[in-house]
Amino acid sequence: MTNTYRESDRLCLENEEFVDILEERRHSSDLGHAFRTFSPHPYKGAPPCSAGELSKTVLDSQHLRYVTKEIATETGASVDEVKDDARVILEEMSQNLQLGFIRLMGYTLTKVFKRLFTSIYVNMEGLSMLQQAVQDSPVILMPNHRSYVDFLIISYVLFTYDIPIPVIAAGIPLAGMKIVGEILRRSGAFFIRRAIGSDKLYWAVLSEYVRTIVRMGFAPLEFYVEGLRSRTLKSLTPKLGMMHMVLEPYFKGEVYDITLVPISISYDRVLEESLLAHELLGVPKPKESTTGLLKASRVLQENYGSMHVNFGRPVSVRQLCQGKINRCQYNLIPRDLPQGPSAEVQACVSWIAHLVVRLQEQGSFISPWSLMACLFLQAPASALTEQGLPWQQLTEKTLWLKKLALSFGARLHWPGQTPDADVLSSTIALHRSVIYRKSGRVFLLLEDEPARKRPISAVDGVNRTAAAVLMLASYRNQSLHVFIRPALLATAVRITKSTRRDELFVFFCFLQDIFSNEFIFIPGKSSQDFEEACFLLKECGGICVGQEEVTEAEAGLEVLSFLCALLQPFIDSYQVIFSFLYELEAHVFSEKEFVPAVRSFATKLILSGDLHTYEALSSDTQKNILSAVRRLGAVTKLRVSEQNEYKVNKGAVRQIENILSGKIPPQMLQTAPDARL
Amino acid sequence: VIEWTPGGIPSIHRVSKSVNLNSSYLKKKQCFTGQMQEIMKWNGWGYVDSKFQFNKKGQAEFTGKRYRLSGMVMPALKEWFESTFGASLQHKTPASAIPNSSAVQPPILNEAFVEDLKSTGIPFSQDAEDRVFRAHGHCLHEIFALREGKVGRVPDMVVWPSNHNDVVKIVELACKHNVCLIPYGGGTSVSSALECPPEETRTIVSVDTSQMNRILWIDEKNLTAHVEAGIVGQELERLLNESGYCTGHEPDSMEFSSLGGWVATRASGMKKNIYGNIEDLVVHIRMVTPQGVIEKSCQGPRMSTGPDIHHFILGSEGTLGVVTEVTMKIRPMPEYQKYGSVVFPNFEQGVACLREVLTLITNVFAGHALKPQKFYITKFKGFDPNRLCVATLLFEGDRERVLQHEKQVYDIAAKFGGLAAGEDNGQRGYMLTFVIAYLRDLGMDYYVIGESFETSVPWDRVLDICRNVKERIIRECKERGVQFPPLSTCRVTQTYDAGACVYFYFAFNYRGLSDPVHVYEQVEHAARDEILANGGSLSHHHGVGKLRKEWMRETVSRVGMGMLKSVKDYVDPGNIFGNRNLL
Repeated sequence: MTNTYRESDRLCLENEEFVDILEERRHSSDLGHAFRTFSPHPYKGAPPCSAGELSKTVLDSQHLRYVTKEIATETGASVDEVKDDARVILEEMSQNLQLGFIRLMGYTLTKVFKRLFTSIYVNMEGLSMLQQAVQDSPVILMPNHRSYVDFLIISYVLFTYDIPIPVIAAGIPLAGMKIVGEILRRSGAFFIRRAIGSDKLYWAVLSEYVRTIVRMGFAPLEFYVEGLRSRTLKSLTPKLGMMHMVLEPYFKGEVYDITLVPISISYDRVLEESLLAHELLGVPKPKESTTGLLKASRVLQENYGSMHVNFGRPVSVRQLCQGKINRCQYNLIPRDLPQGPSAEVQACVSWIAHLVVRLQEQGSFISPWSLMACLFLQAPASALTEQGLPWQQLTEKTLWLKKLALSFGARLHWPGQTPDADVLSSTIALHRSVIYRKSGRVFLLLEDEPARKRPISAVDGVNRTAAAVLMLASYRNQSLHVFIRPALLATAVRITKSTRRDELFVFFCFLQDIFSNEFIFIPGKSSQDFEEACFLLKECGGICVGQEEVTEAEAGLEVLSFLCALLQPFIDSYQVIFSFLYELEAHVFSEKEFVPAVRSFATKLILSGDLHTYEALSSDTQKNILSAVRRLGAVTKLRVSEQNEYKVNKGAVRQIENILSGKIPPQMLQTAPDARL
Repeated sequence: VIEWTPGGIPSIHRVSKSVNLNSSYLKKKQCFTGQMQEIMKWNGWGYVDSKFQFNKKGQAEFTGKRYRLSGMVMPALKEWFESTFGASLQHKTPASAIPNSSAVQPPILNEAFVEDLKSTGIPFSQDAEDRVFRAHGHCLHEIFALREGKVGRVPDMVVWPSNHNDVVKIVELACKHNVCLIPYGGGTSVSSALECPPEETRTIVSVDTSQMNRILWIDEKNLTAHVEAGIVGQELERLLNESGYCTGHEPDSMEFSSLGGWVATRASGMKKNIYGNIEDLVVHIRMVTPQGVIEKSCQGPRMSTGPDIHHFILGSEGTLGVVTEVTMKIRPMPEYQKYGSVVFPNFEQGVACLREVLTLITNVFAGHALKPQKFYITKFKGFDPNRLCVATLLFEGDRERVLQHEKQVYDIAAKFGGLAAGEDNGQRGYMLTFVIAYLRDLGMDYYVIGESFETSVPWDRVLDICRNVKERIIRECKERGVQFPPLSTCRVTQTYDAGACVYFYFAFNYRGLSDPVHVYEQVEHAARDEILANGGSLSHHHGVGKLRKEWMRETVSRVGMGMLKSVKDYVDPGNIFGNRNLL
């Protein structure tokens, strides 16, 4: 018996069948599942490739031979020594996928998942498209990354549905965990160092390893194009190095095509939720260790609601690249030689990576909780902690927002057969770690204070509130991609007070530019994004769109105010850091100083009541702003040594600030293409 | 030559029993005099009397007496044909029976030119049939149109010069009267090179070189022969054989293609590993251009005198002038000849073996693969009949060395899992070279159209290009609404130190399509894009003609195009040789 739910009992635009894979596990033997007959059909019936064979192919490759020799000449070491180094790197990296371990993992995961989640929904259509795609060409599985749970869920689902188990790119810290590292390795993980820098041999081994997997096609390759687990639950700007390695076999004609499968994993509640906020506030993330994981076992006591794994429509790289890549550029140099990507290739890789992240966003499911979080954050923090929000008003507003989200094309996880009031009540119950309801009002729950002798300082108070606010912000972030384009337009309308379409478009582009580390915009798609924003805002009655004019509709106040308020914390945070930058005494600051200095600057402003958002305290926001001002040329990096330093062009910062606050109109800012691989 | 044939071409029964190793595989010994079209099909390949057809019992047979296969019945062909293409003998698409003279536009005649030409005494004709015959090569769209009785722009006249001086006179008159000349050799072009530009308003004169077919002298001291360029391949070999010599240049079209055509397209023969391609074989070329005659002053075997002017002529595709006489290298006929064949478990290993053989010994070639299912080799240990491939080999030279090399080759093949599959299969493969072109005509009687095209590619890309182009063909067919799975296969036909020549075979059943030729052309176009994207060349030996012109600039660079254009501008400023090939 599987529990399926369709359009009829769920608010969903597409008629898709989702199956709760835990339902069957609750009714039949876990051991039976772990020992099920596993008979996948790989690409072209490719025979399984042992870890040893794979390593040998990589080590013997012409590419590695060439690089080894080159390094030997440069360093004066012997070729054999360099080759030994390569072998060591490969041993550290190598996956060792074994079906036996997958079974073991399957058994364990079944137990864990059943405890943590009420349901794990998987779209059957996506799975069957994947099943077909795996046989037609090498497949790259590209999930978003929001939780450690992501790591093996896909292997678990594929094992259950007879699809070849993927090999998975993982960060090296995981490999360092006792036992767990080895278990992951045998479940198909291979490990990549974090800061590779200019280690030529490492790049060569890694890229050859990845390309060999893609070329041979014996297993799908899974990697996180965002590079990291997103601490903010928001999509991260994609990393391009791995993406390029994966695509290269197609560019060079070594495979006919490559299929990318965007996968969106959505959680009602994320296991690491409280950890995330602390990391963002500068309490460093605990190093991944086995004991750490065991301590985390108290998380097993809690309920995390349901999880959605949405396998997106497979995308053909060949089709994506049509007219974008001239593959003849690879004709004149042996394909085994290392060759830096051309500007054309870099742009295409970046475009594809952004596109996949957008597809992940579009495939993700938004919970009622995320919508509520959007609303919470529009109230002043003091109101949340002290007076509380009236439950009734919150309910109405959430239902209003649900309608808006649906009209913007969001996919909601909203149980259709349950009365709305119950849905919202159970949502609050699920998230009682952040919010509680008392006598018709809803309050933000601050963390227990450690018992102290003296009363907590004002700064500590700010941090306590910030931790709770950032946690809420993370959940709000889950649905930002739905609102971001209309929100940029609404903000443009409000800030510029212009009704001219062309002027609004220029400001819209300026906002996209400045926030391009914050939200995902596909490069070169600004005018489509603008059109989309106009269309959506018009459809929901927010604006009137004419040939040359865009005006606020009479009934549009609520929508526009909501959308502007949604973006306000970001604008406030950016403005604060702009002021920080031009109020700096020196023109140069070091990377190390930056985050703490900004944090104390912002804390002061919060305490003085001049800054209303706690999000300026998030190190993620701070880093994004630094990238933005660098991209806009207002800050330049001075040295790439142990201590990075930055030089501020205060005039330029001032100018950006003035544009953002609507004091001067934006001119098309010259920005450097952000397509480094 | 190696072919991967999951459903390749059928084995031909009975042939192997009558193998005579020392005999030529061509029985045909007829020379062309007078009107060629009397013995040649006007709307298909080869001789009128030779073709595949299904007899009343539904069995395939090959008619005529010219080939070893002639008069034989091939029961396996029908099954292969039907299963490969989903074709049926019930669904026929017969060609129109006779050339329809009324469909031919009346000639545009430059009267002054005609008058002057008459005074030279060189024979010419304005007969519709003569003109239509010389208005096409053997591209699919050309033959398809003829079978439907459709005729486009055709030459207005045909002239038959009988020697170099006749050509000089014709070119002089053409320049004087501004008439367009299109040289015509054997008519086997597969690049639309013979198509008359529809926009041409001048009189178009087809210069048929078929009467210039003599060997003028043989120089036994230097082993060269001076030959008129209109001679056809098999005739050249026959005449040289009478004196105990051969050129060893044997393109698949050698029954019909001419020496001048080989020079004009940079032809390649299947024995090139011993004898060389056309550019290696020519010692001296004489060509008549609007600016006069171009030739070298001596017959030194190699010169350092600036860029080799032969290379302006080789591959000029009739855009600069008419090649009239060629001095070619010749060799004594081989003392001993031996066929052979090797079966490999798969294409990958076959290619690896050819590469290896090449690095060790050079005089080895391979021929055509046979249908795996009917092939006795399928019973061998564990070879997968769907993946198996066959290399056919021909050794020539003195007996001792042939046997020595043969052993070497089989030893190498064994390293790659290859099993010797006998001389019969090797010879069969070679014989099929000549009859395979007739198969297309059979297909066209039953809704099946197709063609082969070729490329050259570095060794490390051979397998990738084969996989990608075959796949591209299959997917493009699907996208364009072809109802039946197409035949999409390939083989390696030539090997070089740095790469190989790869042939692709593409055919499909077009029932249900309103414009099959257009679909065919779109797929071939996509396949060519795929070839170029995978590091293949625009052409190994078929040439560019008009069919592949659009890719020339990216192939030879803008400067390269400029160089070629400036040569054309100097040699033929009035565009007398106006077939508009290449540039």
